[in-house]
Amino acid sequence: MIRSRLIPWVILLIVTIGCTACNTEHRFVKRTEFKGKNTIVISFAGPIDESWIKKTQAIRINEQQDPDILLKIDRVELSEDRTTLIIFLKDALNQTNVHQVTLNDIMSEGKSQGTAVVSVKKLYWGNLLTILIGAMFVQNYVFVKYLGLCIFLGVTKKRSTAIGMGISFTIVIIFSTTISWFLYQFILKPFQIEFLQIIVFIGLVALTVQAVDTILRKVNPILFKEFGVYLVLIISSCLILAVPLIMAAQDYDYFESLMLSSGAGLGFFVALFLMSCVRERLDLAPIPESYQGMPIAFIVSGLFALSFMGFSGMSLF
Amino acid sequence: MLEEKKSYSHIFLNGIFNDNPIFRLALSMCPAVGISTNMMNGLLMGIAVLFVQFCSSLTISLIKNYIHPRIRIPTYTLTIATWVTVTDLVLAAFFPVAYKALGIFVRLIVVFCFITMRLDVFARKNPVFPSLIDAVGMGLGFMVGMIAIGGVRELMGMGTLLGYDILGFRPLLFFVLPASGFFVVGFMMAIFNYTEIVYNRRKRARSITS
Repeated sequence: MIRSRLIPWVILLIVTIGCTACNTEHRFVKRTEFKGKNTIVISFAGPIDESWIKKTQAIRINEQQDPDILLKIDRVELSEDRTTLIIFLKDALNQTNVHQVTLNDIMSEGKSQGTAVVSVKKLYWGNLLTILIGAMFVQNYVFVKYLGLCIFLGVTKKRSTAIGMGISFTIVIIFSTTISWFLYQFILKPFQIEFLQIIVFIGLVALTVQAVDTILRKVNPILFKEFGVYLVLIISSCLILAVPLIMAAQDYDYFESLMLSSGAGLGFFVALFLMSCVRERLDLAPIPESYQGMPIAFIVSGLFALSFMGFSGMSLF
Repeated sequence: MLEEKKSYSHIFLNGIFNDNPIFRLALSMCPAVGISTNMMNGLLMGIAVLFVQFCSSLTISLIKNYIHPRIRIPTYTLTIATWVTVTDLVLAAFFPVAYKALGIFVRLIVVFCFITMRLDVFARKNPVFPSLIDAVGMGLGFMVGMIAIGGVRELMGMGTLLGYDILGFRPLLFFVLPASGFFVVGFMMAIFNYTEIVYNRRKRARSITS
């Protein structure tokens, strides 16, 4: 009985995962990638003319965040079959940022192929892993970005509650960010009503929490008895709203936002677990009377924040 | 309705002292730790929260008779979200520098627990005018807390207040580091607790001797 009810959900999940954001690359440009420290390689669908490369205004490269600052090009090479263009830059590239290459009026065999604006990204899987690890440790939402502190201080008195909260939070944040991504990409953006994102996202979070509550109550009452208490608390956390807002601001595609949300959830779980371990020990420690309770919890989290600063500036790929 | 009639000044001061959102209730600590590196940020955040609290209290106390009790929490959230959107757009249009300094926290006013709490505890059950006084008191309480934390951090870290040079040197640069927000809040809470403990002890001693 339960299995037959689950099948539509499984199909929905597969459809959700199978759907990726569409690429907006130019039709004549096949592939772009970073190579080495200061090289960008662009492959074309057909051979391009050497005279076009020699024009000064043909190629412009900038980082997507600041389009006004052009990067200096050292030299440009064309491969034997004239379909691959290798651009050497004067300075090393910051490969964590997306770069934008503007190819003005591409000439192929004497014919113009129009102007192409293509983006150069890191290897896709590496990018995903960077986002995941970044959200978990490097930019840990509790200790580096100071979000979700109400819940963090509220539920870390005991280790069991911390674990329960961590698990339910991770589940809810992944669900709500997924739904937010669909709404943002397919409704808010096409109709240009991005300014409504706060209202829409907070409504969605409340709906998701209610839905998870109802489904869990029917499907698995034992699990509900364990985690149901935390579900109501989740709505009042800053973090649950911050992740969709960051996702919208960065304009992530589906898998990137999935990685962001699971990284945020797992990072929160790690933070809760570490803090609850310390606070269980603090109960036995001789603390001055005026520091008991909240003040010492704040100072301990300050020490955690200092140690998490050690992760800053780390990049894997 | 309230059981006992409270005077307006009592309602007003309640938000600043007894129920201070930051030092007494320890709610909405995220901005208190995250963006209180200087006094100006604290002041701006306080003004934004005051505005949102004022407008949502006004809205809710005006329409309180039409809200079904079972859907009251979503109603509060949507009301607050509307006013936060207004604040967000106004700040982005007229104060772009401040908006950039406050960052994502302006939008996160939606989930500050104490605003929803005030709507549920006070504005839902009281007429318009007392709810407004309560809202102003609560907003000012938050603002005072933010300004206090921001002021301490700016004075200890940079030796300035609101950008004006006060001390002429930098005592402890550590206080402007992001992580020190936790320490400052912890120390200030400990000081509050300490004064309370000493006060109670003196009071008890006086009552025994007399």
